[in-house]
Amino acid sequence: MNTHAKHKLIAGATGDWEVVIGLEIHAQVTSKSKLFSGASTEFGAEPNTHVSLVDAAMPGMLPVINEECVKQAIRTGLALKAQINHRSVFDRKNYFYPDLPQGYQISQFKFPIVGEGEVLVDLSPTEQIKVGIERLHLEQDAGKSLHDLSANDSHVDLNRSGVALMEIVSKPDMRSSEEAKAYVSKLRTILRYAETCDGNMEQGSLRADVNVSVRKPGGELGTRCEIKNVNSIRFIGQAIEVEARRQIGIIEDGGKIDQETRLYDPAKSETRSMRSKEEAHDYRYFPDPDLLPLEFDQAYVDVLGAGLPELPDAKKARFVATYGLSPYDAGVLVLERAFGDYFEEAAKGRDAKLVANWVINELFGRLNKEGQGIEDSPVSAAQIGGIVDLISSNVISGKIAKDLFEIVWSEGGDPKAIVEARGMKQVTDSGAIEAAVDEIIAKNPDKVEQAKAKPTMLGWFVGQVMKTTGGKANPQAVNEVLKSKLGL
Amino acid sequence: MTDLTRLTLAQARDGLKAKSFTSVELTQAHIDAVARAKQLNCYIVETPEKALAQAKASDAKLAKAEGGALEGLPLGIKDLYCTEGVQTTAGSHILEGFVPQYESTVTTNLWRDGAVMLGKLNLDEFAMGSSNETSYFGPVVSPWRRKGADGKISDAKIVPGGSSGGSSAAVAAHLCLGATATDTGGSIRQPAAFTGTVGIKPTYGRCSRWGIVAFASSLDQAGPIARTVRDAAILLRSMAGHDAKDTTSFDAPVPDYEKSVGASVKGKVIGIPKEYRLDGMSAEIAALWDQGVAWLRAAGAEIREISLPHTRHALPAYYIVAPAEASSNLARYDGIRYGLRKTGKDIADLYEKTRAEGFGKEVRRRIMIGTYVLSAGYYDAYYLRAQKIRTLIKRDFDLAYAAGVDAILTPATPSPAFAQGEKGSSDPVEMYLNDVFTVTVNMAGLPGLVVPAGMSSDGLPLGLQLIGRPFEEETLFSLGEAIEQAAPKIVLPESWWG
Repeated sequence: MNTHAKHKLIAGATGDWEVVIGLEIHAQVTSKSKLFSGASTEFGAEPNTHVSLVDAAMPGMLPVINEECVKQAIRTGLALKAQINHRSVFDRKNYFYPDLPQGYQISQFKFPIVGEGEVLVDLSPTEQIKVGIERLHLEQDAGKSLHDLSANDSHVDLNRSGVALMEIVSKPDMRSSEEAKAYVSKLRTILRYAETCDGNMEQGSLRADVNVSVRKPGGELGTRCEIKNVNSIRFIGQAIEVEARRQIGIIEDGGKIDQETRLYDPAKSETRSMRSKEEAHDYRYFPDPDLLPLEFDQAYVDVLGAGLPELPDAKKARFVATYGLSPYDAGVLVLERAFGDYFEEAAKGRDAKLVANWVINELFGRLNKEGQGIEDSPVSAAQIGGIVDLISSNVISGKIAKDLFEIVWSEGGDPKAIVEARGMKQVTDSGAIEAAVDEIIAKNPDKVEQAKAKPTMLGWFVGQVMKTTGGKANPQAVNEVLKSKLGL
Repeated sequence: MTDLTRLTLAQARDGLKAKSFTSVELTQAHIDAVARAKQLNCYIVETPEKALAQAKASDAKLAKAEGGALEGLPLGIKDLYCTEGVQTTAGSHILEGFVPQYESTVTTNLWRDGAVMLGKLNLDEFAMGSSNETSYFGPVVSPWRRKGADGKISDAKIVPGGSSGGSSAAVAAHLCLGATATDTGGSIRQPAAFTGTVGIKPTYGRCSRWGIVAFASSLDQAGPIARTVRDAAILLRSMAGHDAKDTTSFDAPVPDYEKSVGASVKGKVIGIPKEYRLDGMSAEIAALWDQGVAWLRAAGAEIREISLPHTRHALPAYYIVAPAEASSNLARYDGIRYGLRKTGKDIADLYEKTRAEGFGKEVRRRIMIGTYVLSAGYYDAYYLRAQKIRTLIKRDFDLAYAAGVDAILTPATPSPAFAQGEKGSSDPVEMYLNDVFTVTVNMAGLPGLVVPAGMSSDGLPLGLQLIGRPFEEETLFSLGEAIEQAAPKIVLPESWWG
């Protein structure tokens, strides 16, 4: 673990470089109302329709903490195996911007609600790293500035203003864009399991600030740059690649890295300076006097812990131990909670490995192709189970089963009834198979001769038999009959 | 009919119940008095139509022997309280023309109990000031006038104190039966002392801050100014109460404070803090304090000298904490969503022009101080140390109370009221020193009551301050009334203002 493989190093003109990455993930808390007001958090509403007096920072308005957001932060902390701080403090982060009505963001600076934790990240079936969590804190989102609605004016939409975010800060434990991407994917999976963030990156529910520095392997940490607000996993990977290359180029040309905040431009595939360290804001953090310190006891935490679902790591281990799945298959089936639920329903009383195969290869393959989620799958867990039952009891062959899957996918229906109605049962009657074999041998004496010299010719005979039986002959039975008739 | 504005709030209440007069009559008498007293500049906005409509509704209830504790009683509201549909400015140009769509919790409580609103009272801009000279809407003039050595009344304009100068002057001049005020470092108590009225800053959390324009959130408290201790007790009962919209508000029932007015103070232990006997304290103030001690002793209280060793650090620490919070609280006045906007070539220019023009000098000064003390590199040296001092000040009081002290008696102000322009024009600290006896109470979150106790040699009222245990305002009302009974009647000069 955490032995970062040599192949992750980046080759430069002066030798190999190691990239060091830490991520700050801003995850929108799943909650009906905002962190300090009763306004709705619903996405996509008309501008400025989900804005309370508090969100608009009218004179004399006061924030009141939304307890559900606190619970969500604790649940997330537990899911990250992190320390839960029974006392935390909200601070004001002061800066001026039109989409920040209060003139400060309420955040947690010195005393966050969640402390250190860790995330296990699978890079391949054999490679896993552990990424440390530094902290998680609650804070308000800002509104949205719109600069393209008119020529001279900017507009502000405050619907997002005050929505609860969890800022999840990792330790600088990642050494490649692949690791960073895998970490974000895993974190997203955990958040979705815990139902504390929907992980919807297109809607901005999950954004990342990416800290990147480079160094010679094993050397001192380099100066880091922060790439702000990257909003897809793919872009996170790309931003790291181009930023690492940029930094290596500068250092190898004899320059040095300036600590600064940068933006990633996917269109040009480059990062651009946003502001230097000198231009960095002085946020003048201080404890928000409108809010008392947030305090709760262990019993409060325990109740929330008891309500958490089985998390992906535990579920994966159980799938391997209970169902005998390979770690890879188990890993795929726990990526989404719905995958595991679907699998377990289909696997009940059946050959779990065969079910896993069918779910992963046929169903997921097809869903991916159609761009559909499992919740929209036209094939239910019971139907997949029915198909697997027919295979297990030798009623149909694997090949026929694929045809059957297609029928169920597009037309629906009970797999068993479809097989009956459409005569898809495989032929196991040895008399019928023998007749077919005899016919083929009789028609192809030359091939029979060849087969005697070259036993791999058997495959050709099997194919011919399957053809004449419409694919319904049991392949095993065909093999046996052929071997005996050809004297192989 | 006698002048209804001469009644105390309690007398007016009883008169309405007895049907001696109607709320419309009572209200009209006040509306007329307000209209005549324009030169005092107490009201920024007068709401006579609203007042008469409320009075009429109150009369209907009173006729059926219904109504709340303040039914039909006309009050003035400090213009720091947001009032639905009525301009709320905090005394600032930046909020000129701002009309809230909501009503503060405290004023909601007053209307719930049947009170009538005469209008919005002038104040120092954003409640920053001790003389009401920083208001964008001009200074308030106290109804009091100075007497020269020759015994002649001077026509120099005397300040009513601040920041609740409109409230104190209006109450003193009988332009309302009582008024709401707020107190961050002495803004209820110092104006009360300057105008011979009674003011109480209740314990932090006793009144909701929701809907009151924030100055320094950890120090701000609402409270009443009235002409008697009983009137203040009646008003506070209606104003106070828990509010789920203010998480710093205190969740406990509100006592019937009026019951404690007149209760015996026998055996109460009164602390006299030696640190409040400042170097250079005027003989007049020292004598007044001694007189207060004598009155309370005569009423059966036990007097005990105490020590509050961190007192001298309170004022400097206050002038770090309060501006720090203010610099952040006032960031929302940016010209984007409401209030004054001065357009500029870009967003920074808009902010700078709007805030430079919208805020007055004193507000700008405090924003600068607050921004400075919160800045990287200065936070620990200033803000953090000030917070530590605050903890020590609170502990001083805790120890005194733990040793059995029920309340503490101090002077309210180091001097009587002064004339406009007399103080602070060259050195703001001269003005800040007005708060020397009052800021400790805000820093510790305690209740403090000021009651008139005597007259200065130049014919202006002087007050004494009683500081209580947290949420034991009742003790203060009992003690305050004891002083009120013992002290000579403070007689306001004949009306010269109309």
